[in-house]
Amino acid sequence: MSLFAGLAKTRGGLLARLFGSGEPKVTPEWLEALEEALLRADVAVTLVDPVMAQARDLVAHEGIDTVPKVLDAVRQALMAVLATRDLSLNAGAAAPRVILVVGVNGSGKTTTAAKLAKRLKDAGERPLLAAADTFRAAAIEQLQTWAARIGVPVIAGKPNGDPAAVVFDAIGAGIARGATTVIADTAGRLHTKGHLMDELGKIVRVAGRARDGAPDEVLLVLDGTAGQNAIQQARQFTATASVTGLVVTKLDGTAKGGAVFAIASELGLPVKLLGVGEKADDLVPMDPRAFVDALLPRA
Amino acid sequence: MFEQLSEKLTATFEKLQGRPRVTEADLEGALRDVRVALLEADVSLKVVRQLVATVKERALGEKVLESISGAQQVVKIVHDALVEMLGGAAAPLARAERPPTVILLVGLQGSGKTTTAGKLASLLRKQGRKPLLVAADVYRPAAIDQLRALGKQLGLPVVTVRAEAVAGDVAAAIGAASADGHDLVIVDTAGRLHIDEAMMAEVEAVVAAAEPHETLLVVDAMAGQDAVESATAFKARLPITGLVLTKMDSDARGGAALSIRAVSGIPVKLLGTSEKLDGIELFHPDRLAQRILGMGDILTLVERAQEHVDAKMAEAQAKKMLEARFTFEDFYAQLQQIKKMGPLGDLLKMMPGMGQLAKQMPEGDQAEKELRRIEAIIASMTRAERADPSLLNGSRRKRIAAGSGTTVSEINHLLKQFAEMQKLMKQVGGMAKSGRLRLPGLPR
Repeated sequence: MSLFAGLAKTRGGLLARLFGSGEPKVTPEWLEALEEALLRADVAVTLVDPVMAQARDLVAHEGIDTVPKVLDAVRQALMAVLATRDLSLNAGAAAPRVILVVGVNGSGKTTTAAKLAKRLKDAGERPLLAAADTFRAAAIEQLQTWAARIGVPVIAGKPNGDPAAVVFDAIGAGIARGATTVIADTAGRLHTKGHLMDELGKIVRVAGRARDGAPDEVLLVLDGTAGQNAIQQARQFTATASVTGLVVTKLDGTAKGGAVFAIASELGLPVKLLGVGEKADDLVPMDPRAFVDALLPRA
Repeated sequence: MFEQLSEKLTATFEKLQGRPRVTEADLEGALRDVRVALLEADVSLKVVRQLVATVKERALGEKVLESISGAQQVVKIVHDALVEMLGGAAAPLARAERPPTVILLVGLQGSGKTTTAGKLASLLRKQGRKPLLVAADVYRPAAIDQLRALGKQLGLPVVTVRAEAVAGDVAAAIGAASADGHDLVIVDTAGRLHIDEAMMAEVEAVVAAAEPHETLLVVDAMAGQDAVESATAFKARLPITGLVLTKMDSDARGGAALSIRAVSGIPVKLLGTSEKLDGIELFHPDRLAQRILGMGDILTLVERAQEHVDAKMAEAQAKKMLEARFTFEDFYAQLQQIKKMGPLGDLLKMMPGMGQLAKQMPEGDQAEKELRRIEAIIASMTRAERADPSLLNGSRRKRIAAGSGTTVSEINHLLKQFAEMQKLMKQVGGMAKSGRLRLPGLPR
């Protein structure tokens, strides 16, 4: 499902107030509605305040005072925040490329790992999945079910076994079998749990021992419905595992994933992929323009 | 979980205190700070506006600006407004007049429904109930396996349903429950979007067939502004009777979750506080409001202590302490009791004013590490050594250091501290005996 198809379910309401009036001149009420739309989308208040100050400045001092023009300016400002660097997945320093999928509980890591494997397979690659969530009940079975569904091999360990060992073995298997990319799903963990973050650090180090320079990509999976806590998640996971990219999931709902703006602004982390549904194909590459348009749709 | 919010508010109010009067500008400044703090805590915009307006109105009405204790008054006004927002009194779980009681869990994907089902079954079984789990998520790969695994862990039965007859099979499972000796049925359902018409219709059918006494909406405490929207949408179509807030052990400020009560009227009934099956608590709005304002949560601390600490053992140990008969063996036993109560950081946060201290400890990890080290040292001692530390000569200390992964100087330090503590307790015991010091609850 495309981002816009998901979006089509959520027009109207607050946003209709922004665009539906037909009255092109900016009013204080309209500016308030704009601020509300941004806050409502989980954009950090520390970012909304300067954006709104800019918007008010345009109206008051630059003579840019029609709704379409101000909206365009705001969209540009938001897109500029997201335009950090290359949004494609990192290449592997050697074969196979190693991608770790990390994040807090329930964010959508396992589903994302499977979708990513399918995406790479469809692009002609030979991916290999690693079921390194050895903690959660039936997490291994969950990824194995996906792997069978999409026709991608999976390496699993024993429940409650050492997740780093699973990653090590999977990379070894990947090398032996000539896999092009190894995608390791890991257990959900709260960034506030020191011992779990230590475990993640170990997984990263062990990956490097299995293949020099691994992992090539550490994807932090963020729940699109998450609020400001997503920023703290990004900070802590980056400190422990050197996150290289974000995946924002569950954007087929009504949440807008606005927390990523503060993350991009503060940490320079690029959003690389978007999850837009529960099916195997519901993973699309990030498109900053489309993402911002989803927040502030063109009428 | 609410540390940042309470930090922010405490800082704001500390700014107000130490001044003789609260001026209008001070009040406006404090209200601005409160607004930012609540927004950063993910409190819904609508609720923030309401709360700030209410606080301002009451503050002016109580003539805060003319009072010499204006700051304290403002704190109390914010506290009371928060308690109101959180729903006033605690709401208990429903219980059917004619068993079985049916509890249905619904919510968005990844909110924690399945884990909550296991936790709820475990909690209610401790209270004497006989739960049956029903795995009605036929969509998510291995969701049924997940609930089955939890059931196995708990030693509780799990009934599965057919994908083509979810509602009917759920009803059948409930129908057969009593005959099999169950007075409680907990139904786990698939995660679903409130805007997915087909899935909402599916769960409506399950509700119609199951006639639950309690339909709990499971919400992730890290959720943002959209949580209010999805909760409202769920409530519009299903008879939601309560909210379960999960992942409360995160540092998410949880404001959106607070807002759901205020906007939709759904009472928060339970909190999920860890990934383990005992990580579930009843929700108390007044306690949570106090936690937000850095006022601690003594009641939860006491409850946890009562649950995990053996009262008889505690009394016997207290007696020993005062008579200076307290040994390393006793200390070790105490450490085990404290461990059961939860991470040290969490415990500290519940003590009034300790929130700041807890913040200084990296998530209570340092203190935990310290306790673990002490534990290891004692574990490496022999029985005789624990009873009589005077036996510990150089070679024994070396042995213990090697066995516990510590250094001899760390052991020396511990022994010294323990000896000083014994001396102190002996003094206290002496004072208590001679009647100069009354220690409530301790034996005379």
